Amino acid sequence: MEERRYRSAGGAPIALRRRQHSASCRELAVRCPRLQLCSLSAVTSAVWLAAYGLFALTENSMVLSAAIFVMLIGLIMYLHFVKIDQESLLVIGSLGIQVTSSYASGKESTTFIEMSQVKDVVINEAIHMQKVIYYLCILLQDPRDPQGISEVVPLFQSSKPRLDCLIEVYRSCQEILDQRKTVPQ
Amino acid sequence: MVLKVFFPSCCSSAESGILIGCWISKQSSAVILAVVHFPFIPVQVKQYLSEVQRVTKVSVSVLGTWSNSKQEKEESLSEFLEDLGTIFSHEPWIQISKEGDSKFWSCSALRKHSNNLKEEEIILVYYDQRKVMLSHLHPPLDTATSTDQEADDALKLSAIFDTVAKSKILFMTDRYDDGPIKLTHWQSDGIEASIIVELMKQASVPVCMLLTFLLSLISGVCRSRVLKFWPLSFLWSKLSTCEQLGHRLQHLQVISSSQKAQNQTQLMRKANIFVSLLIDVVLGILLMSWLYRKNRIGHLADTLIPVADHVAEELQDLLQWLMGAPAGLKMNRALDQVLGRFFLYHIHLWISYIHLMSPFIEMILWYVGLSACLGLTVALCILSDIIALLTFHIYCFYVYGARLYCLKIYGLSSLWRLFRGKKWNVLRQRVDSCSYDLDQLFIGTLLFTILLFLLPTTALYYLVFTLLRLLVVIVQGLIHLLVDLIDSLPLYSIILRLCRSYRLAAGVKFRVLEQQDGKPLRLLMQVCSVRPPPLHEHQTAEANWWYKQTPRKLVALQWTKEILSFVTK
Repeated sequence: MEERRYRSAGGAPIALRRRQHSASCRELAVRCPRLQLCSLSAVTSAVWLAAYGLFALTENSMVLSAAIFVMLIGLIMYLHFVKIDQESLLVIGSLGIQVTSSYASGKESTTFIEMSQVKDVVINEAIHMQKVIYYLCILLQDPRDPQGISEVVPLFQSSKPRLDCLIEVYRSCQEILDQRKTVPQ
Repeated sequence: MVLKVFFPSCCSSAESGILIGCWISKQSSAVILAVVHFPFIPVQVKQYLSEVQRVTKVSVSVLGTWSNSKQEKEESLSEFLEDLGTIFSHEPWIQISKEGDSKFWSCSALRKHSNNLKEEEIILVYYDQRKVMLSHLHPPLDTATSTDQEADDALKLSAIFDTVAKSKILFMTDRYDDGPIKLTHWQSDGIEASIIVELMKQASVPVCMLLTFLLSLISGVCRSRVLKFWPLSFLWSKLSTCEQLGHRLQHLQVISSSQKAQNQTQLMRKANIFVSLLIDVVLGILLMSWLYRKNRIGHLADTLIPVADHVAEELQDLLQWLMGAPAGLKMNRALDQVLGRFFLYHIHLWISYIHLMSPFIEMILWYVGLSACLGLTVALCILSDIIALLTFHIYCFYVYGARLYCLKIYGLSSLWRLFRGKKWNVLRQRVDSCSYDLDQLFIGTLLFTILLFLLPTTALYYLVFTLLRLLVVIVQGLIHLLVDLIDSLPLYSIILRLCRSYRLAAGVKFRVLEQQDGKPLRLLMQVCSVRPPPLHEHQTAEANWWYKQTPRKLVALQWTKEILSFVTK
């Protein structure tokens, strides 16, 4: 198991952890940048300042308690639904690829794609606003057309690693995907 | 290819024995269904397996050996197990052994006929037999099965789920049964049955046949020539109650058809229709019991006439306002008075008719209210029809205003063309220049001026009555929306998703368990109701089926799509 540090597309520090469970099973996990304390305190102070302003205007203390509730509930919902802590890719040769996103509150959302549906794993370029970004994606095979692609599943959408990290992940995946072509029946 | 062994988690603590299951060669996976314990007679085992194969059509065979030794490895047992390989020959011969309380098992596969000396990699996947058996991980597209499709299906995990589900009969033997062979597999806690469910199952066949007969009678009557004459057929098409009744009739036909549902989607559809009908009738009966208590129908009938009077008075006030100077606009007095008086006379006629009908209203309402027992949707449709009938005069005004306005616009456009010296060529469907005579031009310009200056008055009347009509249409539309919602809400799927989500399972999750060098990779396969993001065709096909039933109901289609995606997500 090894861990290396990289940077995300936005410049935040991320870490890639590689684990080899067996010859045909590898797990690649990218840990996203944590919730920054300064941004959290900035949002909290902004909300509370606005609440104080409203309180000064309306002289109603319910505004303050409402602001506290809104803050708490907003934070919980953010941690549970929005903030992704870690995105991992589990490649099991001849079974499939499993994509897991774990949220900051502990929730995990998993998707398993069978090997027969996977055509290939590639790095794509995309033009987003004024930048050119790279992203890793799984190409799914069209059942009716052996050469066609039915869908593109992008990976690591929250952590957005840069090209150097993506190349490492790509190489690991390809080593396992190659096995299904070389091993005869 | 990597060899995958699917081992049921309930057999982890079983005594030593031989493994029986199914070998799927395309995926190079062995699905182990049960463990047969010592002592056994090989001939009897082979007989039992061939019987199971005949019943379930799954090729069950002996796949290997399982040894669970509490103490140190017993040499004699291992030799005995290897000898078994010669009796039940299977390629590859799988040997799984567990020592003491160790978590890590050793697994090896012997291939006699291959020259490959390199040891192939083995992955051990634990699965929960009950969940895999009960879940329906079917391929989403129900295209015609061809050999290609079947070959493709064999490559998917659904083949494994299918194998376990089809071998249900194998799991029916109880561990306390005294038979020639002792099996270990998932044991059910006993067949849960309730006498009511059993009776209902027995009674369902004659009930279905009776229902089919009655429905065929009713549809025969409906389709007869008598009801196709012009006034009646026009009436049927306008009343939404008849449409709703026809819709429900169709639903009943779907449920009471005698052929069993072929696949999962048809079963879910039938179940959804059945639950929706049941809820509908229950709500309708509740409504009926509420209406008929404390003489509420009488109160309703009593308030109906004053409400109609009030509406008529409001309309009269509106017309008086229009006949004056509405919103400060200056109308053409003569035309204004004519139109205003014309509409006022209509309202007067309408009020007289309503007053004529007033003694019979209570009785009519009483009998019509009885039809609420057919369902809440029918009651709502009747309400919508009553609203349409009571506001019939608004509809008439709208039609008059619209016709007048349309004629005016038509005339204006034609005379405008004459004003400019052009004509509409019907043959060529375009505007051509035309030379008119002087008297034609004179009269045309005169008429054009008259129509143009009368335009604001007509336009205002048209606008006012269109808005009124729109209001009535919105109210009716809301009622119809509610009716469509009750019709097409897939309640059964929602309840299934909340209570028994593994039956709707459409995805699996793998977890890697602790590893040790030299031992095979261990994975735990969990069934989860998370559907992978691709493959939306199933939900779209289902939503389209609902849409085809009721073509005007686009909003209900959106609702159904949303709910289906939530339910199967």
